[in-house]
Amino acid sequence: MRRGLSSAIGLVGASALIALAGCTTDPSVQPSGEGGGGEEESSQEWFDQELYDTQLAQRDIDPQGPEDKPYLQMIDPEMVDTSQFESAGEKKMCFANASISNPWRQTGWITMNEQLKELKDNGVITEMETRDAQDNDDTQISDIDYFISEGDCDGFIISPNSTAAITPAVERACETDKPVIVFDRGVETDCAVTFIHPIGGFAWGIDSAEFLIDNLSDGDKVVALRILPGVDVLEQRWAAAEKLFDEAGIDVVDHFTEGDPATIKKVVSDELAKSDVQGIWMDAGDGAVSAIEAFEDAGKDYPVMTGEDELSFLRKWDETGMTAIAPVYTNFQWRTPLLAAEMIFEGQEVPSEWVLPQDPITADELDEYLDRNEGMPDGHYAKFGGEDLPGFPEVWQDRVIP
Amino acid sequence: MTIQSAVAGRRPGDRIAALAARAIDPKGIVLVLLIVILIAIVALNPSFAEPGSLMRFLQRVAPVAVVAIGQYFVIVSGEFDLSMGAVVTAQVMTAGHLIGKDDAKTVPVLLLMLGIGVLIGIVNGLATTVLRVPSFIVTLGTMLVIHGGIMWWTGGSATGDPAESFRSIGRGGIDGVPVLELIPYAVLILLAVVLIGVWVSRRPFGRTLVAIGDNPDAAAFAGAAVGRTKTAAFVLSSLSATIAGILLVGYAGVHPSVGQGFEFTAITAVVLGGVVLGGGRGTVLGALIGALTLESLFTLLNFTSVPATMRDAVQGAIIIAAVAYSGVVFARRRRRQAEPAVESDASPTTSAGVSPSIPLTDGNEAGRE
Repeated sequence: MRRGLSSAIGLVGASALIALAGCTTDPSVQPSGEGGGGEEESSQEWFDQELYDTQLAQRDIDPQGPEDKPYLQMIDPEMVDTSQFESAGEKKMCFANASISNPWRQTGWITMNEQLKELKDNGVITEMETRDAQDNDDTQISDIDYFISEGDCDGFIISPNSTAAITPAVERACETDKPVIVFDRGVETDCAVTFIHPIGGFAWGIDSAEFLIDNLSDGDKVVALRILPGVDVLEQRWAAAEKLFDEAGIDVVDHFTEGDPATIKKVVSDELAKSDVQGIWMDAGDGAVSAIEAFEDAGKDYPVMTGEDELSFLRKWDETGMTAIAPVYTNFQWRTPLLAAEMIFEGQEVPSEWVLPQDPITADELDEYLDRNEGMPDGHYAKFGGEDLPGFPEVWQDRVIP
Repeated sequence: MTIQSAVAGRRPGDRIAALAARAIDPKGIVLVLLIVILIAIVALNPSFAEPGSLMRFLQRVAPVAVVAIGQYFVIVSGEFDLSMGAVVTAQVMTAGHLIGKDDAKTVPVLLLMLGIGVLIGIVNGLATTVLRVPSFIVTLGTMLVIHGGIMWWTGGSATGDPAESFRSIGRGGIDGVPVLELIPYAVLILLAVVLIGVWVSRRPFGRTLVAIGDNPDAAAFAGAAVGRTKTAAFVLSSLSATIAGILLVGYAGVHPSVGQGFEFTAITAVVLGGVVLGGGRGTVLGALIGALTLESLFTLLNFTSVPATMRDAVQGAIIIAAVAYSGVVFARRRRRQAEPAVESDASPTTSAGVSPSIPLTDGNEAGRE
């Protein structure tokens, strides 16, 4: 009897906790709810010609704004009046963050907090309350509703976990008539005062695929290492790249690796066992080094490669002298929301869609970015944009996560 | 081994028949699956059969196989260890954070890591046996604690890859060996772990573990130190996760996603290898074969042109089919044996582990009513 009871409890607990365990071991990027629907999602479904054309064009537009402050630059801005929010006194911002579950978000989160420290001296933004949704849509929705019902937020900053699911909660925040700032991933409403983001996934795909195409010849084989299916940001990178590879006659095989270096190494080793590989394309730079090491261990020539501005990759690139480029998903965008909030409370105009520059790091700039980030850990992002903040460089070196 | 002893002393024709019977035997099915997969891989890519490639393959399997063998000891005793993945990650991050480029720190940090491994095993074991919290919950808890702790300590980003001397354990090997080209250290470590694992499982300790997994009350009445034995199993498990971590630092490098999901990979490998969840039945070699099968399945799918989005689904379906097959055959055989009463001594079950477990399980069920 006692045994029966305990095993029953064990079973109930187990089934509940399997779900929980699933969450905690989730990979760094959460697939958006609507994305995982179809079994055979081809990249065409993610391809959006209009958006592709926009981003293609934005890559070549010189951004407006101060030269030395890329986080305040804007591409093709459409300014909106914010005088309705103009108000004196100290303000408290409420930040609903999707997560800090990967090195990119951690780097940005550190930068954002250093920016907050600096802003406090100006006496406008004096406080920020943050709730971390840990990659969960439901948590983020309740976080936003909590902020609304708590009622002491002067403005909202939201970094959505996924596009469709978070939209209604963002709309509810807008209904409070306080300024709402959305950054990183978007939502399906334009009720926010400003939506801050770098150019986007198609631009990443174009930058990286064009580099490979320029450095490879017809019939060469490229291995594409992708993190997960069904995440719009990542799918757009792949959709653009796949289109360009197709057009250029490059033979490309794609794999999902969840960004795990061990999986990446196995996949690349297997591809090398099949036939020589001339190029590696990645939809995010996590684990890039282990892909390179797979070539070393197999005794093959280095491929032409696209990674990311993560320092582990930049250092390996520098060490090996391989032909590479580091596409960038602008990390310094984490500074912009708080600065935008200050502008809004001061009644300054902000762009309704604040498109930040997203320039890849090329071989010419590699040394410069390595120098600027000397002493930073491998998981740090070179274009974090916090060199002029008071905590630089110790806070980023020691990974002081607030 | 049981195969040989059962087959020994018969005429060749009988032997082939016995082997064929083995193949459809639920415990043989995973071996058949492994052989089929390996043949398919070689058919698709003949260079895989070269000794050098096989060594590289074994090097890659080593972390998963070591973890599966550690998980075997816990599962066969009727418990789970869900903290293994987190222990792997923790050890990888510890190495990355503490060693840096300083070769002199390799040995002290290695010892520290083994110490951490032992400590986590003791905590898991004591919480399960003394505090009587189900191990599923205990190890889930330690998984979260370890993961959270390591993220807090390192800020999610270790300083970088550790010194080459440390990484060579998982990445390097003895070079210039005739025929084999390279004997990776990882393969030697795996070999040592397998030998120690088989030896331990045949010692009184290993037998007691199986008995405890089958029926802890009966084992306790028979004089087994249930708490101490189970705690030792948890220590073996987290030590094996530590070894896997050391290998993975070399193989893959330092990254917070290394080790993620290893607990489920290990459990899958163990179940695939014929170890019964809930305890009481299974072998170390079964766990090893399960791990080899999982990894070769992954490689096979890389060699085929299955679309990337489909690969996980295909892999899952094959695993379910293999496990379900052995489940169905086991159930049918048990029914057949139960109905015409238990046969004489010459019962068809050849493994020492199987035959006694049937009456014990019956007794167990009677006890529940």
